[in-house]
Amino acid sequence: MSVSVQEQPFDVGAELAELTAGRTDIGGVALFTGLVRDVAGGDRVSAMTLEHYPGMTERKLEEIEAEARTRWPLIATRIVHRYGRMTPGDGIVLVICASAHRDAAFEAARFLMDWLKTKAPFWKLEETPQGGRWVEARDSDDEAAARWQA
Amino acid sequence: MRILYFAWLRTKVGMAEETVTPPEKVNDVAGLLDWLSTRGPGHANALARKEAIRVAVNQDFAQPGDPVGPDDEVAIFPPVTGG
Repeated sequence: MSVSVQEQPFDVGAELAELTAGRTDIGGVALFTGLVRDVAGGDRVSAMTLEHYPGMTERKLEEIEAEARTRWPLIATRIVHRYGRMTPGDGIVLVICASAHRDAAFEAARFLMDWLKTKAPFWKLEETPQGGRWVEARDSDDEAAARWQA
Repeated sequence: MRILYFAWLRTKVGMAEETVTPPEKVNDVAGLLDWLSTRGPGHANALARKEAIRVAVNQDFAQPGDPVGPDDEVAIFPPVTGG
């Protein structure tokens, strides 16, 4: 189970290989990666810079991961979240969940992303032809996270 | 008390962090935000819309009624947009 908050890019294939290396008890792995897109709200986005709160960021990601492990029987999890300046096509975040069966892997991966969107202290600055603008949090993200409260 | 500002709050306040000593009557998050607003036009502008602001005390999300003390680290930021 591990979490990384880092400026440097991550290699999805390498992360997956490392998580499953030498293991024969894993029956299903669900992997999600979020990427920078070249358009947002109708405007072209040339770059995006992520700011974060050092200290709180790592703590919140570890708490989110620990929460997933209490809810589902997970054999292994990995969260990688980048900060700094990125351009369209770059990976921002990676979530991998491994379990004996697919239900836990799929659900935990979705849960981690929904909670990351509402609990992880990052802020995104988009560069557009009109200048830089801060991305606003979305109600749909809060609603997605809320459905896991039960 | 250490105050950290992130994203557009930092831009509007004009600094990433400051150390402050509020008066004794300031003892919760809501009171602290009100008092910080009086520190200058940048602060007032940044903190004008409470619904656009979130607060963490010692790296845990905090509510307006939560206590704050002189040894706390208080971070003020927009709703998060990670992931």
